[in-house]
Amino acid sequence: MSWQWIVPLMSIAYLGLLFAVAYHADRQAARGRSLVNNPTIYTLSIAVYCTSWTYYGSVGRAAETGIGFLPIFLGPTIMAALWWQLLTKIIAISKANHITSIADFIASRFGKSPVLGGMVTLFVVIGVLPYIALQLKAVAVSLDVLVHHLDDFLDMRGSSNPWGDTALYVAMILALFSILFGTRHLDASERHEGMVTAIAFESIVKLGAFLFVGLFVTFGLFDGFGDLFGKAMADPALQRLMTFEAMPGGFAAWFSMTLIAMLAVMFLPRQFQVLVVENVNPVHIRQASWLFPLYLLAFNLFVLPIALAGRLLFSGGGMDPDTFVLILPIQGNQVWLALFVYLGGLSAATSMVIVEVIAMSTMVSNDLVLPLLLRFRAAFREDLSGIILTIRRGIIIALMLLGYLYFRLIGESHTLVSIGIISFAAVAQFAPAILIGIYWQGVSRRAAMGGLMAGFIVWSHTLLFASFAKSGWIAGSFLTHGPWGIAWLKPQALFGLSLFDPLTHSVFWSLLANIGTLVLISLFDRQTAVEQIQALNFVNVFEKGARGGNEYLWSGFVSVSELKKLLSRFVGPAQAELDFANYMQHRLLNLEEHAQAPAHLVAFAEKRLTGAIGSASARVMVSSVVTGEELDLHGVMRILDETSQVIEYSQRLELKSRQLEAATCKLQEVNERLQELDRLKDEFISTVSHELRTPLTSIRAFSEILRDNEEMDLGDRRRFTEIIIKEAERLTRLVNQILDLAKIESGKMEWHLERVDLVEIARDAIDATHQLFENKSVRLSFHAPSYPVMLRADRDKIIQVVINLLSNAVKFCEASIGAVEVHLRQVPEGVGIEVVDNGPGIPKDDLEKVFEKFHQVDQARDETMDVPLGTGLGLTICQRIIERHRGRIWVESALGQGATFKFLMPLDPGE
Amino acid sequence: MPMMKRRKERLVVLAVLGVLAINYPLIALFSQERMVLGVPMLWFYLFVFWLGFVVSIALIMRRQHGDKG
Repeated sequence: MSWQWIVPLMSIAYLGLLFAVAYHADRQAARGRSLVNNPTIYTLSIAVYCTSWTYYGSVGRAAETGIGFLPIFLGPTIMAALWWQLLTKIIAISKANHITSIADFIASRFGKSPVLGGMVTLFVVIGVLPYIALQLKAVAVSLDVLVHHLDDFLDMRGSSNPWGDTALYVAMILALFSILFGTRHLDASERHEGMVTAIAFESIVKLGAFLFVGLFVTFGLFDGFGDLFGKAMADPALQRLMTFEAMPGGFAAWFSMTLIAMLAVMFLPRQFQVLVVENVNPVHIRQASWLFPLYLLAFNLFVLPIALAGRLLFSGGGMDPDTFVLILPIQGNQVWLALFVYLGGLSAATSMVIVEVIAMSTMVSNDLVLPLLLRFRAAFREDLSGIILTIRRGIIIALMLLGYLYFRLIGESHTLVSIGIISFAAVAQFAPAILIGIYWQGVSRRAAMGGLMAGFIVWSHTLLFASFAKSGWIAGSFLTHGPWGIAWLKPQALFGLSLFDPLTHSVFWSLLANIGTLVLISLFDRQTAVEQIQALNFVNVFEKGARGGNEYLWSGFVSVSELKKLLSRFVGPAQAELDFANYMQHRLLNLEEHAQAPAHLVAFAEKRLTGAIGSASARVMVSSVVTGEELDLHGVMRILDETSQVIEYSQRLELKSRQLEAATCKLQEVNERLQELDRLKDEFISTVSHELRTPLTSIRAFSEILRDNEEMDLGDRRRFTEIIIKEAERLTRLVNQILDLAKIESGKMEWHLERVDLVEIARDAIDATHQLFENKSVRLSFHAPSYPVMLRADRDKIIQVVINLLSNAVKFCEASIGAVEVHLRQVPEGVGIEVVDNGPGIPKDDLEKVFEKFHQVDQARDETMDVPLGTGLGLTICQRIIERHRGRIWVESALGQGATFKFLMPLDPGE
Repeated sequence: MPMMKRRKERLVVLAVLGVLAINYPLIALFSQERMVLGVPMLWFYLFVFWLGFVVSIALIMRRQHGDKG
């Protein structure tokens, strides 16, 4: 059997495998197990960038220009670094507006303009169709070359080609695939999971095949890179391929190719399709932005080695460098490798054609065919969803046939590279409108139109027509003398500019005309309401609250049922019913069928329609059912202005009210505290005055007795005077302590924290109270370690505390039989002192209260004179002092068993 | 999201550096008929740049604290 049979059958088997992969992925998606929700699949689908142009053409170009093929891949590498900035924004905009193609993106940005959408679509078809033709050509040529060489090589030359025209068959199979997996649902914003998975699969096949052939050539035919490059360097003809010398156009061409490749990787219809429309989750960009350049790197690693190997081995010439990849394995006796390489090339070509055609069919149907259809047959009211799908399928077939025809027409006249470059330069014209349009609100519809138009005219003149002239479709004088003999219009030296190579020349003039026109018109143009709102929506897509301006676009009247009917005409009644139900549930709406649709519902219906038929047509359709006046510009802007002001104002109000609430809360707390303090102060004052009055009363009473009874005996007189003195002393003490306490509580007391020895403090206190114990013959014993116990404390205050505790103890002890023990204790949390007496003890109820101000235990009275012994402030002051040292003081006691006062302080209270 | 903003800034600077690195005049320095490690100097330079660029993007894109997904 001849290779003429084997190779085509193998191709068909391979395409069948592709169908199976896509079918499987669609089935998985239907079961809710999405295969494409995965950054690696996303990255591989972006690799649809690598077409047969990469696969065969890069080697061809490298064989003639050295590194001249690289800008096409270095540009996207650099662009990938900007994806996080640009692509995330474009994706967010597209998701928010249900945008499904690059034409729709531009039309939608500039006021949902049908004319602009149509224009972009037309340019895409003109610019990209040759690129599709190129892929078909690559498939046909590679098949012919493979069969020819295999038959030659194996000496089995068959008769004539029984297949006739392979390109036509391939085109039809691909059309079938695109129809099956690209036009399932009408809503193009739904993803084509099967198609994307198949593309990812093809990306693996083409990379694998290319790496295989690269490894084979480098390490099989030659002895590694060193050997291959060494031999090439020895050849003067090849030596120049290693430097810029071989690059036509030099550094300028290098730069302009990098630039247009940067733009092409974003704005070629198929790239926009996989990058934006088929994107499941913008987070996938994170991985794609390094994995995709890595993929390109791997793909290009062996391009130059293969090209050099081809040049070395076929030094006689006569071999088309574009086919080196295919022929080298045959030369090396590797028939199976050659077949694998052929399949890789087939993958590269088919994946590009499939995605490009699906993307273009959406564009052509939404932005060219539908607007015309709706315009001429706006009256017809039947279900259109089926018709639209049929239209889209028809467009796919038509595009394939057009591509095929183009391929037939251009025939052999072009190398792969030049056609690709022309397409790249064409889509670069979309970049200014998109990139400037998503960052500058001021770009108007007329500016975008003008810019695009200018760019395209220059592009057609300098590249497209020039290439026609080269192919001989137009007279050669067009190139040499300019159109109609006008010299300054010469396509490759416009206005006499002959500094650059043709590509740089065209890129420079076309982008200059494009951007210049766009900016200039924008500066002097007035935007309509729709334009302004869409500009706002696009530029501020990430700002919360900035969106939703769509709702203001509809002020007329339409009933819910009419709106639903409109939607069902395009997406089918069941789907429309479901959409409305979901929306109402989401918004918690409950609208009657005949009720007037609120503006946001109209906006929702418009968005839903946009996904199906594009923004421009959707707007036309919705306005055909909405009656009443459309808002004029001033009305809309006023509403928008008011709304944004109101939103801002209410946000500020919210903030203010939150601040106020917090302040109120604080105030309330402070107020409560103040009231509490006020109550305490009142209580304190009344207690203090009461306590002061007691000694004063007795002083006064005894003084009066002394004054009135002059004949009183000396003993009584002395006793009364003694009481007066004692009471006066108590009064002084009381006043001192009140002042102390006031100072401590107001925080005005000065504390002198220093390192002190607690043992020494305790001894000093015992010495100071020594006399009291002597007077009452109470025994005192002191138990302390023999070494110093150091801590940071205010020495005088601690002495005061110990003295207070000791004098309290002695006060309550019975004379002669009383005994007081002082213990100095060290425990893990600090040091402390215990003062144990054998007095009457404290009732359980009073244990807590003894530290309260002016609390006097009932027994604490001088038996001889029947006056209170203490002031009732001593323990309170002790407690404050110990608390200031971050320690605690407490008492343990039971009635009749004495009392134990203890305090415990940390070694360092800090500040 | 200050981290997100910083990441965007880094990537933009990286892209600018990338454009500078592979264009005239810097690239002209490497356009010589010399071999580095057995491969042509220009070829070597471009691919080393390429790998470095990819690694840089990956490093900047590394998942950071607070990232979603």
